[in-house]
Amino acid sequence: MSTTPSPVPSTREAVIIGGNRIPFSRAGKKYVRTSNQDMFTAALEGLVARFGLQGERLGEVVGGAVLKHSKNFNLIRESVLGSSLAPTTPAYDVQQACATGLEAAIAVTNKIKLGQIESAIAGGTDTVSDAPIVVSDRLRAALLDANHAKTTGAKVKALLQIRPKDLAPATPSTGEPRTHLSMGEHQAITTAKWGITREAQDEIAYNSHQNLARAWEAGFFDDLVTPFKGLTRDDNLRPDTSLEKLAKLKPVFGAKLADPATMTAGNSTPLTDGASAVLFASRAWAEERELPILAKFVDAETAAVDFVHGHEGLLMAPVAAVPRLLARNGLTLDDLDFLEIHEAFASTVLTTLAAWEDEEYCRTEFGLDGAFGKVDRSKLNVNGSSLAAGHPFAATGGRIIATAAKLVAAKAKETGRPARALISVCAAGGLGAVALVESV
Amino acid sequence: MTDSYLNLANGTLKPVFKKLGLPQPAILRRYRPGSPLTVGPVLVVSDDASAGDADAVAKVLSGWDVDVRRSPETAEGERFGAVVLVLTGAETPAAVSAPVLTVAGTLRRLAGNGRVVSISRAVADGDAPVLAATRGGVEGLVRSLGKELRGGSTANGIQLTGDAAVDSASAVATLRFFLSAKSAYVDGQLLPVGPSDAAGPVDWEAPLAGQVAVVTGAARGIGAAIARTMARDGAKVVVIDVPPAGESLATVANEIGGVALQLDITADDAADKILAATKPLGGLDILVHNAGITRDKLLANMTADKWDPVIAVNLTAQLQINERLLAAGVEGLRIVSLASTTGLAGNRGQTNYGYTKAGVIANAAAGAPVLAATGGTTNAVAPGWIETEMTAKVPALTRTVARRMPSLGQGGLPVDIAEAISFLASGPAAGINGQTLRVCGQHMVGK
Repeated sequence: MSTTPSPVPSTREAVIIGGNRIPFSRAGKKYVRTSNQDMFTAALEGLVARFGLQGERLGEVVGGAVLKHSKNFNLIRESVLGSSLAPTTPAYDVQQACATGLEAAIAVTNKIKLGQIESAIAGGTDTVSDAPIVVSDRLRAALLDANHAKTTGAKVKALLQIRPKDLAPATPSTGEPRTHLSMGEHQAITTAKWGITREAQDEIAYNSHQNLARAWEAGFFDDLVTPFKGLTRDDNLRPDTSLEKLAKLKPVFGAKLADPATMTAGNSTPLTDGASAVLFASRAWAEERELPILAKFVDAETAAVDFVHGHEGLLMAPVAAVPRLLARNGLTLDDLDFLEIHEAFASTVLTTLAAWEDEEYCRTEFGLDGAFGKVDRSKLNVNGSSLAAGHPFAATGGRIIATAAKLVAAKAKETGRPARALISVCAAGGLGAVALVESV
Repeated sequence: MTDSYLNLANGTLKPVFKKLGLPQPAILRRYRPGSPLTVGPVLVVSDDASAGDADAVAKVLSGWDVDVRRSPETAEGERFGAVVLVLTGAETPAAVSAPVLTVAGTLRRLAGNGRVVSISRAVADGDAPVLAATRGGVEGLVRSLGKELRGGSTANGIQLTGDAAVDSASAVATLRFFLSAKSAYVDGQLLPVGPSDAAGPVDWEAPLAGQVAVVTGAARGIGAAIARTMARDGAKVVVIDVPPAGESLATVANEIGGVALQLDITADDAADKILAATKPLGGLDILVHNAGITRDKLLANMTADKWDPVIAVNLTAQLQINERLLAAGVEGLRIVSLASTTGLAGNRGQTNYGYTKAGVIANAAAGAPVLAATGGTTNAVAPGWIETEMTAKVPALTRTVARRMPSLGQGGLPVDIAEAISFLASGPAAGINGQTLRVCGQHMVGK
């Protein structure tokens, strides 16, 4: 099933200049009644201010939101129009569930590499606090019929179909359309299958909070985050959490499985509001403006798994994508200095690592000779990840790219040799996107 | 913060205020690009020995499209916009008499928001006692006149030092600043102006064109006003504030086409970050140390958590940044630091703040030769009562009283501080070094 990867075609580089996000906030807190457009515009404005891009016509701005109102059909373009960028900057929306932000980055960097554009911003935004509420299908049908009806009598007739129970809005759900299982329930199955313990998950969560808190204290986010609506730090961050506290939380997913339930609110990401944006450019564009170049966006890969038929875990697509990405670039896990694996759940990270260490799995799934490899845990999510920062779906990719770029730049400066980071983001629908970032 | 008294005194009740003999602060005229320099003709007066310098001043003024008069006579109902009193050649107190009395005769014909500007020579080491007395006396004259003028008019003076000519670039720029609405809240001040090889002429509407300026504490208040004013004057501005103030900092940056740098100025690498941020814009030319905090406490109740941060932010940070920038080889740097009238006169409950602001003043004076050696300058601006978010928190009664204390009878605006700073940072102001300019409406406290 494995094919020899084609060599990466030679194109010019796409570089990462910097990033900006607003502090992430737990749903229902600071950003209540703040729209996706407000948040993405704020993320853009902070980035524009950081690099003096006022009035600049960028090649493109690309991003999206997972939870999106139908009125936001042109969300990113509208955000650009509300920003200090030149109104002549084109934009479009993308959507790939939690991989939206990373997919946007892949899209713009490919255009930069091909010479179609010189500069771009990629990012994303999501709000659970301002999520669309949908009317019931019966009510919608009646309203549409009434609208299409030609006579008053026909309109009235159509509206008379409405029953009181139709007036209740459709319950918002994060369930997979094909399995009707929530993402957490899916991951609980994967967690049990790989025998991931509660302790190991809580340790991942604890490290995430510790690492993110340390990074904030060290000023790591001083040039990556711009406060918004009075919030100056991610409010999901719990610097004082402990393994003991995490151990006391009740499991919330996997209660119906035969194995003991291990996934809690502490080792799963909370629903979060936030937005992020990353500035990319050709090297020439950055150099002409003497803007800092943090890293190159080297390459990316996406994958999907057949979770519908129970063949694979819903969130395990990156497990397949990473070996393909590294093989194409002639790299192994040992060549990486940082691994940024999005913590949808602590167990997602652990099942990913477990799968790569499993000889049988790697042989049968990827046609490798043996196990893909063991990840050095000291390289994993060193400045925290989604468990601590929170996870506003489409905004997570931008958060990780900016962090990874800054990490490799600092590492290369410190060691005098190139540094690499791998970014891995799992997504609903059995999707996954991964990318490689390298110092310049 | 609205000054209701000021509004009332200038509204329909104006005659009532006058009748009751209540203080009548005027609405001050402030600078707008393209508006006339003065509100009417400018009279140039001098003693006999200063006639040559007076001619030179008149020539400069003519070049600015100003209606220059050499005679105090005016047409019926006409009012002077400004009177320039040139005393550079006066060698005895007796010589000063005639021109001063000429000025006296014009004061009732001075328009509202008028200006009296003296140009004299500063007392220098080795001056004969009589000469020193003649020159030194000007200070008492100007300060007293400042307290007499009404209707938003001010009196200020230029004290030429060394062999600075009356029409040298720095003297001319200072004269223009004092005559203009940019000095609306500067009153009763004498500014020493020395020789320099500053270039002129400049575009007076864009005196900072091509310059890169850094302003600390720029997210709001006076700092934001400084950033806006410098951008208006043509500078590219990097605005700095602490990361938690980043939202309003970004708003300021985007409003003025500048760059926002979220930075704690007390950090060890602050100077490096400033250099890195200004590099893409073409390098650092102007640095405004505006960031400051207060932690008021009577000294008897003072604790380390109230004393140390004030010293660190208001004083130590800028000392360290200056030192590192100079060590990094930055040349021609124009530094302006925010002092305070508290630094001159002291203020109850502000021993920590007062220490830092007096320190800033001393640092500007001591740093002058150091900066001069690299082609730069360092000066301070000492605000009096300025209407900001900070002073809006002062109890209402204290606030109302504080506003009535200065000769101008009102608080200043952040833009008044900004105009003075932008002037001191401008190319032609190179002859002003080591000075502290008060922008206080001639507040009663201190010198």
